[in-house]
Amino acid sequence: MIVKVKTFGISRDILGGREVELEIDGNSVADLRSTLLLKFPQVKKLNSLFIAVNREYAADDQLLTLTDEIALIPPVSGG
Amino acid sequence: MIEITGQPIDVQKIITAASNQEAGAVNTFIGTVRNNTSGKKVLRLEYEAYEPMAISEIQKLIDQSSENWKLTGFAVSHRVGTLTPGDIAVVVAVATPHRKDAFAACQFIIDRLKQTVPIWKREFFEDGDEWVSAHP
Repeated sequence: MIVKVKTFGISRDILGGREVELEIDGNSVADLRSTLLLKFPQVKKLNSLFIAVNREYAADDQLLTLTDEIALIPPVSGG
Repeated sequence: MIEITGQPIDVQKIITAASNQEAGAVNTFIGTVRNNTSGKKVLRLEYEAYEPMAISEIQKLIDQSSENWKLTGFAVSHRVGTLTPGDIAVVVAVATPHRKDAFAACQFIIDRLKQTVPIWKREFFEDGDEWVSAHP
């Protein structure tokens, strides 16, 4: 499926845009993660990369739909 | 009251928003921009937030603190945009009947905020910049 992902922090620098369309092989959060690791090897160097679906941290087995709001959450550093 | 703001934070406004007559204590944490990181001079910081999720994640921290302590009021404000050393980046104010709970709840909220709330800062030095905590 093709998903649109919002990017923040260093993930925006790595993917090169605020919102990026990605074709993923499958339809789960884990499949999105695999695609990211394959297409953007710099992701491997991050301390962590969470994926948020509809503004909630998502587990790897969560399934994605075309209407989901998907966002990449690299290591947070607020405060 | 929870806000993500591009404007300078009015600390008194945050304290007032948390205060109420059931409280015997209002504890306020003010996080400011330090002028160095490991001895390197910091010129400025740029903060950004995934705003709607940041607000809902902060709300979760308030809900979790309410399970542990009796909160009679709270207010959290986090700045985004460009900040320079000395600027206020975050204010957390918590009101409780007794002071011990106010200290504990305030510390819990700021400690967890740094771990779970989708807000990022980029530090700019004289010789480059980096996203804080991104890499080992």
